[in-house]
Amino acid sequence: MRQEEVTQWVKDAQLAFSAAPDLDSLKVARLAHSGDKAPISLASRTLGSLSPEEKASFGKIIGDAKAAIALALAQATSDLEAQRDKKVLLEEVVDITLPVNRGHRGGLHPISIIRNEVSDFFIEQGYSVEEGPELESGWLNFDALNIPADHPARTMQDTFFIEPVESGMVLRTHTSPVQIRSMLTQEPPIYVICPGRTFRADELDATHSPVFHQVEGLVIDKGITMAHLKGTLDNFARHMFGPDVTTRLRPSFFPFTEPSAEVDIFFNNRWIEWGGCGMVNPKVLATCGIDTDVYSGFAFGMGLERTLMVRHGITDMHDIVEGDLRFTRQFGVGL
Amino acid sequence: MRAPLSWLKEFVEIPASITADQISDGLIRVGFEVEDIIYQGADLTGPLKFARVISIEELTEHKKPIRYVGLDCGEKETRYVICGATNFAVGDLIVAALPGAVLPGNFAISARETYGKTSNGMICSARELGISDEHAGIMVIAETDAKIGADAIEGLQINDVIFDVAVNPDRGYALSIRGIAREVAGSLGSQFKDPVDPLRNLEFKQTGVGVTAKIADRSTASVFYLRTLSNFDPVATTPLWMRRRIEKMGMRSISLVVDVTNYVMLELGQPLHAFDKSKLKGGLTIKRAGTVQPFTTLDGQIRQLDPDDLMVCDDEQPLALAGTMGGASSEITESTTDIALEAVRFDPTCIAKNSRRHKLSSEASRRLERSVDPSLAQFASARFVQLLTENSSAQHVATAIDGEPIYSPVVTIDPNYVSKILGFDIPAAQIAQILRLIGCDVDEKTWAIDPPSWRSDLLTAADFTEEVARMIGYDKIPSVLPPRPKHASLTPTQKRRRAVATMLASRGLAEVQTFPFTNQETIDAMGFVGDRACTYTIANPMSEEFPLMRVHLVPGLIEVAQRNISRGAKDFAIFEMGSIFRSSQKLIRAISPDISSRPSQEIMEEIFASVPPQAYHVAGLLVGKIENENWQGKARSYTWQDAIEYAQDILKLCNLEWSIKRSDFAPWHPGRCAELIVDGKAVARAGELHPRIVAKYGLPERSVAFAVGLSTLPDSALVRPTRVGTMPAALQDVALIVDATTSASDVESALREGAGELLESVTLFDRYDKVGDGKISLAFTLVFRAPDRTLTGEEVSAMREAATEVAAKKCGAVVRTA
Repeated sequence: MRQEEVTQWVKDAQLAFSAAPDLDSLKVARLAHSGDKAPISLASRTLGSLSPEEKASFGKIIGDAKAAIALALAQATSDLEAQRDKKVLLEEVVDITLPVNRGHRGGLHPISIIRNEVSDFFIEQGYSVEEGPELESGWLNFDALNIPADHPARTMQDTFFIEPVESGMVLRTHTSPVQIRSMLTQEPPIYVICPGRTFRADELDATHSPVFHQVEGLVIDKGITMAHLKGTLDNFARHMFGPDVTTRLRPSFFPFTEPSAEVDIFFNNRWIEWGGCGMVNPKVLATCGIDTDVYSGFAFGMGLERTLMVRHGITDMHDIVEGDLRFTRQFGVGL
Repeated sequence: MRAPLSWLKEFVEIPASITADQISDGLIRVGFEVEDIIYQGADLTGPLKFARVISIEELTEHKKPIRYVGLDCGEKETRYVICGATNFAVGDLIVAALPGAVLPGNFAISARETYGKTSNGMICSARELGISDEHAGIMVIAETDAKIGADAIEGLQINDVIFDVAVNPDRGYALSIRGIAREVAGSLGSQFKDPVDPLRNLEFKQTGVGVTAKIADRSTASVFYLRTLSNFDPVATTPLWMRRRIEKMGMRSISLVVDVTNYVMLELGQPLHAFDKSKLKGGLTIKRAGTVQPFTTLDGQIRQLDPDDLMVCDDEQPLALAGTMGGASSEITESTTDIALEAVRFDPTCIAKNSRRHKLSSEASRRLERSVDPSLAQFASARFVQLLTENSSAQHVATAIDGEPIYSPVVTIDPNYVSKILGFDIPAAQIAQILRLIGCDVDEKTWAIDPPSWRSDLLTAADFTEEVARMIGYDKIPSVLPPRPKHASLTPTQKRRRAVATMLASRGLAEVQTFPFTNQETIDAMGFVGDRACTYTIANPMSEEFPLMRVHLVPGLIEVAQRNISRGAKDFAIFEMGSIFRSSQKLIRAISPDISSRPSQEIMEEIFASVPPQAYHVAGLLVGKIENENWQGKARSYTWQDAIEYAQDILKLCNLEWSIKRSDFAPWHPGRCAELIVDGKAVARAGELHPRIVAKYGLPERSVAFAVGLSTLPDSALVRPTRVGTMPAALQDVALIVDATTSASDVESALREGAGELLESVTLFDRYDKVGDGKISLAFTLVFRAPDRTLTGEEVSAMREAATEVAAKKCGAVVRTA
């Protein structure tokens, strides 16, 4: 057994492996050049009968040769497998652009989305989200807000009354009774927002709905000023309408705030009325038992439909109230 | 409230350089929203001339009356025009548009052939000139008001800017030119000339016996001026300038006497009422109607008076619904010669009630219910006498007065309060200056402030703070964030609602929001009975179709589903979350404590308790196929199982345990409705809708729905998880034969009970209903696992047998052998 002979076996094996055109041929070549009956295997088996000196020198030669053959086999196998995969998997190609969405598309109502968005914004500022009943006591909806029975301010809001009318129960005309409830049941400092459904006897048209949503904010704390109101509204407006929006306060009248203001935003190159606000009228604080020598506060309120319509360029209220899925589904879950 | 610039200029010095937009911006800055600016005459160009009619030839051969009219326009030759109106005669003065003129609506006038004649211009109506809605005929001008050939654009004062101003209810004084002019002056920093000043010392000679004036109850009116005039010649007409101003204010010229009352009201803000003195029996008294009786108002309507209605009466009968509308019986007519003119400072609440009870809002009531300057009863009635006597033969006879004006009290404020509330420093001297500008007397030593007569709204430091803020400008207030609390979060209830909505939305249901109104027909059609059919009624619903508050969410979902189906949708799933309003609680009489201080805790609790509980639900409606059918294949329809699964998933999301049973419950199919029970309380129902409802509302057959009472769900308990076992599980299948009427959930419970503590799960993997003999087969896989060892075959068999034994005992189950 000679070194040259072994080297030739390795060369033969390498040649045979690399010449195999496919994995089946490679299997035949493997059996021939590294199988049990391959010359290298037979030679390996004779090692035991050799003298220790011979065993050491031939053992290394044969070991090296086997390793070289194994390497050549692995290389050829890997190449041929890659070749096969390329061919076979290509045959399995599909049209992955086929429509696969069989499930119905769900989504939240855009009013829910914007309510969540406003709530999250204010929660981050440390405000809690308060809710109250939609069918509400007239005292909480009007009187406690300094809207006396025969004041024109009461007729400003076309109210739905519940029978018997002597009960004074109404469908709340704003979410302000929730502010009153908060002040009556909590100790200052109070930082709350009150989103919710409200009712006014307006005919449904492109911009009005008898059932709509508001979000109101209320802050009662020591040293609260109208500057704080302005800062809060600026911050809120930028969150809802983008960093470039500007706000404007205009003197106005609400029985429950004094001074009162309308808040306008300059959005898409025009001034748009967004909501109402003001410093909580000390009369209202007194009704709620809040010490006006120690505390002051501000309040603001916006229509959620209006906010949604302005921000998203929705031109008709009907789309918001009718529940047509083609409209609602466009909003997803607002994420 | 309209305000023509030409009229404002009488009381404010407005430099010519100031534009209409600047005036508008100024008004907005001080709190008066300008809703519109009307540029009257901007779309009109002359020549427009006053002309006299000198001949009329009636052209009778046409279907309608046509006149060929000769006009003296102050030109050398007579000008002839064709005219279709007939309300004028030879000798009248009219307004003629000559060729070259352009009338509003881009209506160019030229000489043209028509009706066989050449028409060299047009005789105009007020509407054609864009100055009034009056179109009953062409404008006929009084002899004294115009000169032939003079420019009518100038003569009719057509070119003007009219501001349409929104006035807030606390600013009644601004429902007048006087009030708006004061605000314009304040916002521009211009000089204001109060139109009341020249009236303060106006006195009239008494020349005879006048009608007497009396206020029966001073809480209904503080001061009553009654001016008697005589010798009025009813042919007198309203001077053109006055008529034009009234028209610019959006009102109509009626007759001189009525026009003067309206003119003074518009100028000063005090409503006036003129009576035909010859129709009065005795003196006038302001008092309550006292009894129910019919009363005919000026608009010809017969109204039933309420005993509380405040009236102006003579010795025999009510003559006017005080401050709201006059009566027909004492109306000024074309033959009135003697006049009694009433000017009263009524109590705003009395007038608001008059107006509200009769659903009658007039120019007068709108002002009086917002409070009118108490000094104006005297001055406005004087202004009436002045204007009427100047423009007619009328003479003042006598003035009767009852009561006296009551003014707002002097208020003492702390000037520091103003800065403290506004958030920036305002020197005391500036505060004093601003308050004086709006008409207050200010004592800077004591800070006692006497508000002006027209500002009954200035009562507290907060009121004065607003005045200071608006005159300085809200734009001067800095923008600062308030100190913030450290932490807040949604409540567990709010988090739960959000999670439920998001889960349903992400599983293919689209959220809808419907109006929470319903009607009896719907309640009946749904099959609701007893407490579930009782609800609150809206006294004044939007439409008689929906006068009730909803008792369930499903009807609203059905309505939305119908709408979507009618627009072409077939397969979809929708849900709604919201309150329902079953009248579980009888409403009590309103509790209305005084608001000057906090009501007692007891009263507060009573008020809170008087508001009925309003349950919060979530419901879903699933119609048609569960998936969209496409190239991938057909889809199955939604079934009762899907509805139950959604209801259960909501409970799972809330981490609650429930039991389930069949329920006969509207609006579901009596055999296909599940009731889910948590802590012994039914909290949810789900299944197939009743086929009768499905048919009535045209929904796809076997539509399904679920409803969960979110507000009745208990809070989630703190989770205390069991250790996860790592030993191998042992699976055992059992098939049980039971009566077809036996519920699977009962069998499952029995197996659980019998299997013992090492049971990990039970799964129904097969239900076979072809066993016959009224029997079915239910096959379950039981999974057992011990925490500390591998279970032996004997142990597992023993537990399986224990399980089936209980099932046999409780449900009559027989183990099925192969």
